[in-house]
Amino acid sequence: MAVEALGSTPRAKVAPWNDPVVRGWVFQIVVVGAVGFLAWYLVSNTIDNLQRQKIASGFHFLEREAGFEIGDTMIEYSPASTYARAIWVGILNTLRVAVLGILLSTLLGTLIGVGRLSPNWLLNRICGWYVEAFRNVPLLLWLFLFYKLISEAFPGPRQALSLWNSVFLSNRGVYFPVPLADPIHKWMGIAFLVGIAAAWFVNRWGKKRQEATGQPFPGISAGLAIIIGLPALVWLAGGAPHHMSWPELKGFNFTGGTVIQPEFTALLIGLVLYTSAFVAEIVRSGILALHKGQSEAAAALGLSRGQSMRLVLLPQALRVIVPPMTSQYLNITKNSSLAIAIGYPDLVASINVTINQTGQAIENILIIMAAYLSVSLSISAFMNWYNKRIALRER
Amino acid sequence: MTDAMPAGDRKPIAPPVDETGPLGWARKNLFSSWGNGITTIVLLAFVVWVLDWFLEWALFTANFTATTGAECRGGGACWALIREKFRYIFFGSFPYEQHWRPLFAVIAMLAMLVLSADRRMWNWRLLVIWGVGSFVTFLLMFGQLHIPLSLILAVALIAGGIGLALRSGLATPSERMAYYALVGIGAVGLVLRIAGVLPSWSIAIAPLSYVETSLWGGLPVTLILATYGLAFAFPYGILLALGRRSNLPLIKGLCVGFIELIRGVPLISLLIMASVMLPLFLPSGTTIDKFLRAQVAVILFAGAYIAEVIRGGLQSLPKGQFEAADAMGLNYPQKTLLIILPQALRVVIPPLINTFIGFFKDTSLVLIIGIFDFLNTANQALVDPNWAGFPGEVYLFAAFVYFIFCYSMSRYSKYLELELNKGTRR
Repeated sequence: MAVEALGSTPRAKVAPWNDPVVRGWVFQIVVVGAVGFLAWYLVSNTIDNLQRQKIASGFHFLEREAGFEIGDTMIEYSPASTYARAIWVGILNTLRVAVLGILLSTLLGTLIGVGRLSPNWLLNRICGWYVEAFRNVPLLLWLFLFYKLISEAFPGPRQALSLWNSVFLSNRGVYFPVPLADPIHKWMGIAFLVGIAAAWFVNRWGKKRQEATGQPFPGISAGLAIIIGLPALVWLAGGAPHHMSWPELKGFNFTGGTVIQPEFTALLIGLVLYTSAFVAEIVRSGILALHKGQSEAAAALGLSRGQSMRLVLLPQALRVIVPPMTSQYLNITKNSSLAIAIGYPDLVASINVTINQTGQAIENILIIMAAYLSVSLSISAFMNWYNKRIALRER
Repeated sequence: MTDAMPAGDRKPIAPPVDETGPLGWARKNLFSSWGNGITTIVLLAFVVWVLDWFLEWALFTANFTATTGAECRGGGACWALIREKFRYIFFGSFPYEQHWRPLFAVIAMLAMLVLSADRRMWNWRLLVIWGVGSFVTFLLMFGQLHIPLSLILAVALIAGGIGLALRSGLATPSERMAYYALVGIGAVGLVLRIAGVLPSWSIAIAPLSYVETSLWGGLPVTLILATYGLAFAFPYGILLALGRRSNLPLIKGLCVGFIELIRGVPLISLLIMASVMLPLFLPSGTTIDKFLRAQVAVILFAGAYIAEVIRGGLQSLPKGQFEAADAMGLNYPQKTLLIILPQALRVVIPPLINTFIGFFKDTSLVLIIGIFDFLNTANQALVDPNWAGFPGEVYLFAAFVYFIFCYSMSRYSKYLELELNKGTRR
């Protein structure tokens, strides 16, 4: 009752210009009005400029023929393909380098971060120097350096370094043999996916059994066996086709086999080395944030340093590590756009050519923003889900 | 058997040799176990191998005196290239005989930054330092400055407004009149200027020859983009952070939308946008300088990131601080500028410096839209056909310069973190 009485007390009469609610709304209306006016001013100028320069608008250009070459494509593409296809090639290239970059820099960064905590002074210092060297120099500079080193310091195709006459290393990239296309490959891919699902179920069963009986289950090796074994079985069942396409020197370059382009290599190396310096710092601070008693207790239980790191420290440190790690993953994805500087055909590079050819800057910038925002949001969503999963369950 | 030694003769026994001194240190830190010992030996071999190769290349077989690239070939590092090109790398296409100007501009900016790093300067002195430093820098770079009337009027308007808001309830009537006068002159003057009643008049300071921004290059460009990118993004980031924490729904929505949009896309896409879309946004006939466009893109980008750092500081304050300020009867600007921000900023200064290090490195991206920053001039130095084929030397040199800047800033940030936490540390 008392509460109600309080709630119904009439508010003190104040002049409208002194009422915070009125003031708040006036302020908001003024600000939104100003922003709206600015937006209207810019848009009207833009429409005006577009009409005068006779630049078309709308997304119809996507269906037109792109007419430019792309050096490194994951899907079929030719200059006769549409702009939409060219942009899709760019998106796939961005995703390829981002996904590989995330995986490799997580691995390398974790190793270096753990190395920085090593009791071995030399290892500790080397990891420290690594972090300082890569963190304090722009990524773009590293990319240029690696790219120039690969394209200038490596020999030309004719003098390529070869491994067993099948893998060739030259300034055109790394050429290596691949199996000739065979229908069985599709089934092997399916088997691989099935293997991943099966490994997950087996592991879940193993964990349940360990909880119930205490018997440990070799989850990692069993999982790997299933994931690799299933496609191998399918391959054997399909008659084990083993025809390969070998790289061969023809004229000035290699034909056959497949190639990892120097641009891709330089970009991936640069991204991974640079980002793992940041990842290392995150991992290190995550482990240092743990109470000292955790490592002491693990040592008292007789776990080796490796075991205590893997079974006790890292799983707990993950809770501290995951949020800043998410922003590093987003950074890799965004930093992969530096590809344009060394000529790797990522999304931004495709869009840049498209802008230059069509003049339709606005639509293209919108496509870039939409693409990066959706990739960023999906990475964040995934990492948030993962973060919730590993979060401390407080009862 | 002898008797126990007489008490006077007892001497402390020195600890075993392998427990103290360099030997003990090595045993403890390098050879504490079998695995550790092997790791040490392998790593030591690796370090020696790398150092041997590097010193051989960079020092013993290096060429410091060649006059063309051809003379350099075959040996180790060609540092003669740096010797030949360092003025271009540092100052770009700035008129050669005027290189003292960018040199002193860089010194002025460094002095400004170093002085701002001193905690004793964190008061009104900071404004003076930045005012004088910026004036000197831009006077040297441009050679001539024109300070337009509208800028002076805008400064009067803002100064009067801040005075009124902060000194509300404290100012004497005459002081308040002065603020009202500033606001009045500023506002009326600006309206008249926009309406075209007042002529476009400016104070001209022209002691040197004019050098346009398209000729600027090298280190001063990198420093200007990073320093002024941060200087303008800072107040703007504070406004965004306050807006994001505001309980006015429209303001909050605008700020959240802006911050998330900018943080979701790469800087390159903003730079491309600034270079191809900004001209479309403006009335036809107006052109903005390419350098200014890049600077605007950097400011917009930096603002969103700084806003998030500052928001962290705002969130770390206990609610009581806000409530106490309200209870004291302070208005919003007073509460924010006198109570909240001084405490919130103190917490976020070290992460802000780390953000600044990030921007310092990120300014290198402007080379993609054709601005000659330090990395770009280093890149251009490689183009000379006389000196082709020595990318490693030039990039290592550029990396070294970037490293000195970033590393000293990160040391400073670490020092400051310890220094600022002295009160709370046990």
